[in-house]
Amino acid sequence: MIRIRSGAASALDNPQLQKNMSAVIRTALHSRDNSVAEVANWETLRQYAHDVKEHTLARLDSYLEQLEERVVEQGGKVVWVENGEEALSFITRLAHEKNMTKVVKSKTMLGEEIHLNKGLEAAHIEPVETDLGEYIIQLAKETPFHIIAPALHKSRQEVSDLFTEKVNMPPTDDVQQITATARRILRAHFLTARLGITGVNFGVAETGTLVVVENEGNARLSASVPEVHIALMGIEKVIPRAADLSVFLKLLTRSATGQKITSYVNFINGPRRPEELDGPAEFYLVLIDNGRSKILADSFLRQTLACIRCGACLNVCPVYQRIGGHAYGSTYPGPIGAILTPQLLSEEEAPEHPYASSLCGACYETCPVKIEIPHILLKLRERVQRKKNDKASHIPLEKWSMQIWGWGMSSSRRFAWFARLMRAAQGWFLKEKGSRIELPVLNGWTRHRDLPTIPKKSFREVFKPEEKGN
Amino acid sequence: MKVSLFVTCLVDQLFPQVGLSAVKILKRLGVEVDFDPAQTCCGQPAFNSGYVDEAASVARSFLQTYKDAGPIVVPSGSCSTMIKVFLPGLFELGSAERQLAEEIGERTYELSYFLVSVLGKDTTGARFPEVVTYHDSCHLLRELGIKSEPRQLIGGVEGIDFREMDNPNRCCGFGGTFSVKFSAVSAAIGEDKIDWIRQSGAKYVISNDVSCLMHIDGLLKRAQVPIETMHLAELLAQFDD
Repeated sequence: MIRIRSGAASALDNPQLQKNMSAVIRTALHSRDNSVAEVANWETLRQYAHDVKEHTLARLDSYLEQLEERVVEQGGKVVWVENGEEALSFITRLAHEKNMTKVVKSKTMLGEEIHLNKGLEAAHIEPVETDLGEYIIQLAKETPFHIIAPALHKSRQEVSDLFTEKVNMPPTDDVQQITATARRILRAHFLTARLGITGVNFGVAETGTLVVVENEGNARLSASVPEVHIALMGIEKVIPRAADLSVFLKLLTRSATGQKITSYVNFINGPRRPEELDGPAEFYLVLIDNGRSKILADSFLRQTLACIRCGACLNVCPVYQRIGGHAYGSTYPGPIGAILTPQLLSEEEAPEHPYASSLCGACYETCPVKIEIPHILLKLRERVQRKKNDKASHIPLEKWSMQIWGWGMSSSRRFAWFARLMRAAQGWFLKEKGSRIELPVLNGWTRHRDLPTIPKKSFREVFKPEEKGN
Repeated sequence: MKVSLFVTCLVDQLFPQVGLSAVKILKRLGVEVDFDPAQTCCGQPAFNSGYVDEAASVARSFLQTYKDAGPIVVPSGSCSTMIKVFLPGLFELGSAERQLAEEIGERTYELSYFLVSVLGKDTTGARFPEVVTYHDSCHLLRELGIKSEPRQLIGGVEGIDFREMDNPNRCCGFGGTFSVKFSAVSAAIGEDKIDWIRQSGAKYVISNDVSCLMHIDGLLKRAQVPIETMHLAELLAQFDD
């Protein structure tokens, strides 16, 4: 079971982390807002993208088959896998057959989701992360802190120290020099690796084009220099038409980094053709389900799969801003992680995720494809409670309290009676900074805040009917 | 015009002066106010925690209380949201209860929206010569889209010095049971809010939800910051009868 509270507590207690996060996130929010403000029809585009995704998710099977057909026509191979294990066994088998001992990887959250690096290492294949942020994370033996900025939580100094320790870089705080060090090391890997793995941002069913959006050119190198390119794609990433890319790319890059367009947008159509100078000899598209088709079953929750992984909901989330990415304990942090994790795994495995939100709705307001995250969180909370109910051998305290509360609140007589009882008991019950007896709810409150002064009489006791209009 | 006031359980039990202020304002604007003592709660605490059956049982009692009432005025953004946005979903599509819930939702108005958009008033004749700032409560802002009405009403108060804080629309961290389930996170988010409130130079922070205000006030008091919280209704009732 994944818990959030302990990770949240350690993040809150880490002033360096708080400082690193707040500076970067503030800048990210600013760029995103400015960039979005330039697009007059932003709301129309959001709705359009939402509708396209909704349409596609309702007909995912036929669009995926169309995508497969087009990819195969262009000389690529398509592999359908149900889960991470199947994906890994395909990749490692292929690598072993061809005696490949190293993989250059560009950033893929799906790769993180299926624990690709761990699997490759276990099969004696060396994975090399080539996105700078991911490379930092790999050296630090951590997991990504953010969907699009994996090393967001590390200061320049921390990265410099890490490079000095791990790759013998002379101590420096010059970003250029740190980047040049990574570039030098990674170039050598690009030239020697025979297998490249990338993720996919969009798979266009109409044309069989796999679109990979990036800023460092490392995805392009990973997809074109090695003999074999494997693209890992979640089945939800298919879109019907190439024309829709103009909308999705605009929404994605502006939401993610505030860029009009990223430095590189790769359109991959199969392996190298005979007349072409570069590109891989073989191209594989691995279509991965890993729990997604289960989410499709519910017509409301299905929109969770519309996510284009821009990370904007993380930046704008007051909870993420404070607890950061690692506290979520799974691949996808922030609001999207809070709804995706319990659905990809199960509510029992991630029961705290739907509750790690104040339901403020900033995520929905920001989401470029209008995923109703707060309403989905509520639906998942209901599921968590129902499942708990089905399984519990005794009634837990919270459920018990809610039942009494529901009973009391369903009648004004009982409500007034309870209220009078509480008022009478409070003198004994409350002390200055908390309660006399251990009540989790009350102490959760008073640990950080003072209690309100409780008035002697309630509204219903002081409201005089003659105060009615006439 | 006659309205039915749903004061909300929190106002009823902990902040009666907010309810009294709402009555005072409405009366001054020529609205007759009915208070049905059969009212309890909208069911939100259970609903937001995932206890849908318990929420539905409280919601049923709410529907019974208001089935024959006229317009319902609520001095809370989140309770208005519960009634208008979520309550119908507690009942099966096509059921009589669902229909009633939808019908009641349509005639339910958050107080500031009611004053500005239904009554067409942007002042209550209140006078308050103090520096104030305003916190957008999340449900009011994002579920109901109410942003300008409270500001218009604040602007209509005589002698007031209104200063917008940075990030007025950022959550205060309350979040219902989130405030106790993730107490430390909730408080940390609230501390950011407190900073922005302080930086605005205001002596009073105004909002339309006593729940947010209770959280903000608890944090202010704990940190011994001499800034007061005030519900919009209390501000608008600053006039002599």
